[in-house]
Amino acid sequence: MSGFWGVARAIIGREFLRFVHQRERFLAALVRPMVWLVIFAAGFRAALGLSIIPPYQNYITYETYIVPGLCAMVLLFNGMQSSLSLVYDREMGSMRLLLTSSFPRWWLLFCRLLGSTAISILQVYTFLALAALFGIVLPLPGYVAVLPGLFLGGLMLGALGLVLSSFVKQLENFAGVMNFVIFPMFFLSSALYPLWKMAESSPLLRDICAFNPFTHVVELIRFLLYLQINWGALIWVLGSTVVLCTIAVWGYDPARGLMKRKS
Amino acid sequence: MSHTRSPAEANPGLAVRELNFHYGAKTALDSVSFDVEPGTFCALLGPNGAGKSTLVSLLTRLLVAPDGEISVAGYDLRRTPRKALAKLGVVFQQPALDMGLTVRQNMTYFAALHGLPRSAVPTRIDAALDRLNMRERAGERVRDLNGGHRRRMELARALMHDPTVLLLDEPTVGLDAAARQSITDHVHDLAAQGLCILWATHLTDEVRDDDQLLVLHRGQILARGQTGDLRGDHTLSNWFLSQTEVPA
Repeated sequence: MSGFWGVARAIIGREFLRFVHQRERFLAALVRPMVWLVIFAAGFRAALGLSIIPPYQNYITYETYIVPGLCAMVLLFNGMQSSLSLVYDREMGSMRLLLTSSFPRWWLLFCRLLGSTAISILQVYTFLALAALFGIVLPLPGYVAVLPGLFLGGLMLGALGLVLSSFVKQLENFAGVMNFVIFPMFFLSSALYPLWKMAESSPLLRDICAFNPFTHVVELIRFLLYLQINWGALIWVLGSTVVLCTIAVWGYDPARGLMKRKS
Repeated sequence: MSHTRSPAEANPGLAVRELNFHYGAKTALDSVSFDVEPGTFCALLGPNGAGKSTLVSLLTRLLVAPDGEISVAGYDLRRTPRKALAKLGVVFQQPALDMGLTVRQNMTYFAALHGLPRSAVPTRIDAALDRLNMRERAGERVRDLNGGHRRRMELARALMHDPTVLLLDEPTVGLDAAARQSITDHVHDLAAQGLCILWATHLTDEVRDDDQLLVLHRGQILARGQTGDLRGDHTLSNWFLSQTEVPA
């Protein structure tokens, strides 16, 4: 059993070492949500009136409303970044080293997922600290309560990245795929506007948003930040994580998935 | 639950039986069977596109063939993949290194992937690097090493978990003459020490007369035996070309 933990420690440690060596990646991961928070929200707040909806008990500023969505955005981008580095690893050959380990492949992939999730969480907390510096302070216990939601959301979006990496054949194609995944997922969600606002414009779009698992990651985080549990969102995120992990393991099965097409 | 050992599993080295593999309609390997005993340097010689890399992917379980049998150190790769992979050392054609990490960090990562006890890892790394005169490079980033040193590091790493079978897929590609010679000699020495070696290459000058030889062409084994016996009075290069050339 100690071997299993040793593998987990090594894979997660390697992810951290690589992350530390990529300072630009860390900077980009922070700048992106801060641009939304500071610039986009400033311009948008006048256009969007928010009513009091759970979990909020008072009127909130638009900046406060989009913080959970931006936390989820950090998880989403990092999941995609991790997926990109898997495709890179495959092209550079180091994926072979991982997959020829004597440990079960599902465990190796899960450890990789844990590593990318841990990095995502670190980035989210750094973002929340910066947001606090800009005056957006959330209930103090909420910073702790949100941790399981960030973990689960990170796993789900990391698993989505694993699935994509098992189906995208070449690094060059990946930018296109990321655009097709990131932008619809982000904009068709409750990250920037509540679903009732979307329903005013288009009930169909509202239904699509409600179906989007990313919406549920956002809502899970939003409620946990205010010390509440959104059970519907929790079940959606858990279910999506299980489904995506299963597809990823299938995608990396040597008898069926990625390596066969790749070779 | 126990199962009856197949003839392939009786070989304590590497055994392959009736291996077939297709990419869609294209046949990559057609009924490939061979044995490599411990203490043997077996060269798998084949022109580009012969199926060597596919065979290596199957032997390392990056791919799984629908039928056929592979046994590593007596362990069936399909039924007991973990035990079989634990006995297999691999040097891939394409370097599998983290350029931004040091030699020691790369090797520590590999040791964990193979479940080596944490306390034993530093000693194992030092011993593996010593064997290839690389210990003084342990703290250097892989990016700063030349091609020959990178390859030696990969070889040292492949031996860290004491494999019974060592698989090398065109390991000298891109190296200068001195580095090629050094790696080829070292791996021949490993065979003399009892390791079972399968060395895939298309370069005839890496093969010695007393090596076992398998010629793979268009997915089939064209010839097998001791190199000196097979080539007769010809140079290996001429003999190999005569076996594999396509009539105009």
